[in-house]
Amino acid sequence: MDHVIETHDVSKVYTMGEVEVHALRGVSFTIERGEVVAIMGPSGSGKSTLMNTLGCLDRPTSGEYILDGESVASLTDDQLADVRNRKVGFVFQSFNLLSRQTAITNVELPLRYAGMTSGRRDRAIEALKAVGLEDRMTHHPYELSGGQQQRVAIARAIVNNPAIIMADEPTGNLDSKVGKEIMQLLLNLNKESGTTLIIVTHDPTVAEQTQRVIRLRDGVLDGVS
Amino acid sequence: MTLGQAFLEALESLSGNKLRSGLTVLGIVIGVAAVIAMLAVGKGAQASITGSISGIGTNLLFVFRGDPGDNVRNPKPLTLGDAAALRDQFAAPSVEAVAPALQGNGIVSFGGKQTSPQIFGVTPEYFQVRNYSITEGELITEEHMLGRASVVLLGPDVAKNLFGHSDGVTGETVRIEGQPFRVIGVLESKGGGAFGSQDDVVLVPFTTAQTRLIRRSTSDRVDIIFVQAVSGEMVKQASEEIAAILRTRHRTPVGADDFTVFTQQDLLTTFQTITGVLTIFLGGIAGISLLVGGIGIMNIMLVSVTERTREIGLRKALGARKRDIVVQFLTESSLLSLIGGIIGIIFGWLISFAVGQIAAANNTAFTPIVGLDAVALATIFSAAVGLFFGIYPANRAANLEPVEALRYE
Repeated sequence: MDHVIETHDVSKVYTMGEVEVHALRGVSFTIERGEVVAIMGPSGSGKSTLMNTLGCLDRPTSGEYILDGESVASLTDDQLADVRNRKVGFVFQSFNLLSRQTAITNVELPLRYAGMTSGRRDRAIEALKAVGLEDRMTHHPYELSGGQQQRVAIARAIVNNPAIIMADEPTGNLDSKVGKEIMQLLLNLNKESGTTLIIVTHDPTVAEQTQRVIRLRDGVLDGVS
Repeated sequence: MTLGQAFLEALESLSGNKLRSGLTVLGIVIGVAAVIAMLAVGKGAQASITGSISGIGTNLLFVFRGDPGDNVRNPKPLTLGDAAALRDQFAAPSVEAVAPALQGNGIVSFGGKQTSPQIFGVTPEYFQVRNYSITEGELITEEHMLGRASVVLLGPDVAKNLFGHSDGVTGETVRIEGQPFRVIGVLESKGGGAFGSQDDVVLVPFTTAQTRLIRRSTSDRVDIIFVQAVSGEMVKQASEEIAAILRTRHRTPVGADDFTVFTQQDLLTTFQTITGVLTIFLGGIAGISLLVGGIGIMNIMLVSVTERTREIGLRKALGARKRDIVVQFLTESSLLSLIGGIIGIIFGWLISFAVGQIAAANNTAFTPIVGLDAVALATIFSAAVGLFFGIYPANRAANLEPVEALRYE
């Protein structure tokens, strides 16, 4: 099988004042390419830390993490930024769109940081079409509903054809009907393009729709189902 | 990300908070305008002084008693004998004419009006040496000298002060220090000079001044000797000849002259040094306000970085490298200072123009000059201020941890 994510004994220790907080204590698992996986766990279980590590926003204190065939545990800040840009698409609970920019400019942003100079607009239009927002491209975020904003954010996440999409409570700020639509959209995108989808969530109904659930408790794996 | 995009994005972000950006720009506008205006005023002063000194005559020399540093004790006074010796065609071939003069102040009155101009006791050569001419009446002659005549030539300002007009006053009698003097003519206007107005003077015969107005301890003493060189090129040589003659007459040891020969060139150099220092001083003070404007930029950029922590976190999550973030914030801060610089240059130019207009309205020959060098200096300096004061906030933004930044509320 083709592992898109491989972690070996990943640990993360934060030092808060004089107290050492062990957020992760040796986590090892693999995720296959094209899989849809949920990460669950009570707050304080190390769920966010794991997501940050998998999303290359943070480095593990020890252990090894291989993303799409590349070992990323010991990269510099700028190299990590580059890996995020090419391989990870983020979807956040609170959308995190730039409020002064139009939908299409928001979607273009990762392409700009990738150093792409031409064809950005076409790629962004394509991504917005994929999320069904082709008629809202020049709208600003404040002119869009919550569901539409999250669609823009998803378009931004897929525009660079990443290896994985990290969705952090993607339906958390939406009502259940719109939440369902967004989940459906993410699952459809996964089916169509085969992009690995990792969803961090509290919501059991969201987790039910994934193929596998990775549960965390006190920084260790608490079963994979 | 290319610079063009960074520029557009910075413009967008700055226009998103117009009042704040405007106030920040204002700090730079004031700084740059002050620098431009002050340098223009300094330069204008220099040009005006240079012009008025040149107007005195390029082949004029002044001889005073005492050395410039006051190092020589009891310098011998200049005398009529010294002046006569300078007329020697063989010892001083470069000297064309010599005019000894006494200089003092006094009250001149006519009817109920009075004024206190400078009083010069002069010989007939004075008019040739100083290049004075008259608009009416006659010049001071040898007969006036011999007779110690109570006659006076009025400067145009003095005539205006006493009579309200400067024509048709010949033949009137004015009182100088209470003594009656007959007006024999009015001088032509020479305009304001570097040593006060050259029009606010009265000229009386040397002998009359000597005995009745400006008394000195010895009868042959003179205050100043005006010397005209044969030509502008001979001024330096004339100066050396004068010094040689006076050294012999005053028996001063080498290197310790008890007199000073001042040429128009020396005067020019002196005043240029003074105005140069003045310009640097004014520009320096104006520069401080530019610095304050720069601190304003830094302050606002720091606020902006804090406010946009989440945005920075997001940009980093999407793949922005440190450099991208630094460029973004530096572009914003330099854009602020650049806009401020451009507006400031326009404002500074307007201020200089207004100062020129005010001076013209007050009949002062003074035009501030906005030099290209001042404009270039202000532009470069303001851009540098934007960059310098932007570096710290930009680095602070670039060094934010993406995880922390995204979590920031």
